[in-house]
Amino acid sequence: MSYEFLQTLWFVLIAVLWIGFFFLEGFDFGVGMLLPFLGKKDEERRAIINSIGSVWDGNEVWLLTAGGATFAAFPEWYATMFSGFYLALFLLLIGLILRGISFEYRSKDANPAWRNRFDWMIAIGSFMAALLLGAAFANLARGVPINADKMFTGNLFTLLNPYGLLGGVTTVSIFLLHGANFLGLKLEGELRERVNAAAKKIWIVTSVLYIALGVFTYAAGFWARGIVNPGIVPITAVVALLVAGYFINQKMEGWSFIMVALNIVLTQVTFFSMTFPNVMLSTTNPAYSLTIYNASSSQYTLTVMSIIALIFVPIVLVYQGWTYYMFRKRISTDKKELVY
Amino acid sequence: MDPVLLSRLQFALTTIYHWLFVPLTLGLGWFVAFMQTRYYQTKDETWRKMSKFWGKLFLINFAIGVVTGIVQEFQFGMNWSEYSRYVGDIFGAPLAVEALLAFFMESTFLGIWIFGEGRVPEKVHLASIWLVAIGSNLSALWILLANGWMQHPVGFVINEANGRAELVNFFALVGNPKGWLFFWHTITDGLLMAAFMIIAVSGYHLFRKQNVDFFKRSFTIASVVGLIASTLVFLGGHTMGQYMYENQPMKFASIEAHWETSQPASFSILTIGDLSGKREVWSIRMPAVLSFLACNNFSCEVKGVNDLQAEAVQKYGPGDYVPLMVVTYWTFRIMMTFGFIMMALTAYFVWVSLRGDITKFKWMKWMPSLLALPYLANASGWILTEMGRQPWIVYGLLKVQDGVSPNLTNVDLLISLIGYTVVYGSLAVSMVYLMKKYAIAGPDAAMHESVDVAPALVGGDD
Repeated sequence: MSYEFLQTLWFVLIAVLWIGFFFLEGFDFGVGMLLPFLGKKDEERRAIINSIGSVWDGNEVWLLTAGGATFAAFPEWYATMFSGFYLALFLLLIGLILRGISFEYRSKDANPAWRNRFDWMIAIGSFMAALLLGAAFANLARGVPINADKMFTGNLFTLLNPYGLLGGVTTVSIFLLHGANFLGLKLEGELRERVNAAAKKIWIVTSVLYIALGVFTYAAGFWARGIVNPGIVPITAVVALLVAGYFINQKMEGWSFIMVALNIVLTQVTFFSMTFPNVMLSTTNPAYSLTIYNASSSQYTLTVMSIIALIFVPIVLVYQGWTYYMFRKRISTDKKELVY
Repeated sequence: MDPVLLSRLQFALTTIYHWLFVPLTLGLGWFVAFMQTRYYQTKDETWRKMSKFWGKLFLINFAIGVVTGIVQEFQFGMNWSEYSRYVGDIFGAPLAVEALLAFFMESTFLGIWIFGEGRVPEKVHLASIWLVAIGSNLSALWILLANGWMQHPVGFVINEANGRAELVNFFALVGNPKGWLFFWHTITDGLLMAAFMIIAVSGYHLFRKQNVDFFKRSFTIASVVGLIASTLVFLGGHTMGQYMYENQPMKFASIEAHWETSQPASFSILTIGDLSGKREVWSIRMPAVLSFLACNNFSCEVKGVNDLQAEAVQKYGPGDYVPLMVVTYWTFRIMMTFGFIMMALTAYFVWVSLRGDITKFKWMKWMPSLLALPYLANASGWILTEMGRQPWIVYGLLKVQDGVSPNLTNVDLLISLIGYTVVYGSLAVSMVYLMKKYAIAGPDAAMHESVDVAPALVGGDD
């Protein structure tokens, strides 16, 4: 396999990992953020947590694998992005730590104050993670200051530009919607009604934010700065989001879930194709941008990693998919049926 | 303040902290899997209770290992960007494989294990705890192969065009003896850690004559496993020492405060250095024992720090190539002494367990305090390993000061360092609180959602 082919292959693989992460962990983050607002009683909160209880940790591994794959396949990208987005990533990690520990610890003590504290930590941690991931991706699309030595020359405030913030808030909103749709599929009774009512409101906000982000992207010229034109993909994403509104109103939870999921996937596809073959655009000088060619590992490493990925990715997909199948039943708030 | 120092402090803090929890995860998983298997085979309710009770403690501990592990993977790029650029072609591969092979496995099947009881077939539920144990130990293998490469780089060339190390032989990386020795030492050490956790908690209950059958059985199993594991830890450590003598002679000499080359070399029982830490003032020594540790005979030559420093200057240019000896010297002694104490204790515990009633012993009261032994030995071992390769981040190739991210300011670093300290500190408080509560509450409570009797009320309208 040629070097160039391998570099493109790994770019696509990393894109797939991020898409998988946003699709899967997207609803986890949404569920986490909704937890203290939708769950009034303890059993309700537990039921909400249990909807993702058996899968959230596996979903988060998509992020770790995306990080590891970026390190292995594009070390320069990994080094520049992770050191450049230092404080943003630090806050992301704190968010992930807070929510991860809270899932496990919240029910281990009966004190209501204890449980409430951990529930809020789940919500705040999920919110921080969604906001920072969205802002980071928006900044990647926008471009960041990078010098001739492939070094990021800005700071945290460089990332807090209007476009980055809009990207962050929009991501929070989409994940909320995705989470509400997921809960609609997993819960029953009164709680399910409450979730559906929330989804309607969130959908309105999300649509407005999403269209604003699209217009901003186009108007500011962040559009198609690589060699690929995403073409119809983002338009389909918008359509999917709008159609989701119809299904939410009709209480067709399966379809609204699919439509929002489609929106998330297509948004990510748009993101990754917009700048290809660049992986980090430099606003200092386009010539300093990191590309899949100047940021990648050697041909030998990419070949070895390709073989490993070819063998193990399908296996992982099979057993993760099987977990969802195993736990496909709706979760009741009946105390006897809840797992703590 | 020096940014390199801050990044090093942060790496030390986050890594040592992470490592407080991981060995217990590595070892206790096997115990729980074994207990559940025995229940599956015998349908003896005590085995079921054992897997539940020790499983609860396993989960409380596991959670912290997982969330602090994410930081580990990210901070290479965040704090050590130049290191990442230099070695990413090699070092990134085992990390990616670790995520793909091990993290997916342990996290997915842990989810099934926690939530699957009664929902998935019993066999699947049993298989999932085994896969969790295998997955977490596999992850140890890959990260240790990565660390093994930093200690003893193999299978690479330096690409002059882009000035970085590139992989040319993946099998050399995967077969690196350094990594496999670490793995041996680490997984057996995980078992030892878990054995002492079980001994400590069982001792607490046996002293109070609570659930005697349950804790006697736990105590005996843990003592047997602990004895085997501590022996294997020792043998692994001894082999590592000899490998270190060949590949990292400076580390070897520095842990012994061995200044001058000698043949045969004596082993220091106690050495006092002067204030500069560069010269020996006074010592008690066992003749020829260091030679034995290095090469299994009492007569070989062991190079001293002074000669090695001179050699390093000739090879790599001017600089200080001697690790901070007060740290390497003492951490080694703590690790080794505690290791031998644990070996002796478990041997004694096995002996008394075989002879009859262990509940009569007054010393059971002191078992919980034994937990200090594995925790301190573990932490010392890794501090020794990592401090002992200073000033190198990749042995002989790249120095720590050249690996740090150049764009980070002291403000960035102080924010994250203080932030991690506060968050990790409060995690530890919650974790110790829960561990203690569940350990003391005993097996019957572990069969329920929470050991607390009072119903939980959130929002107040229940």
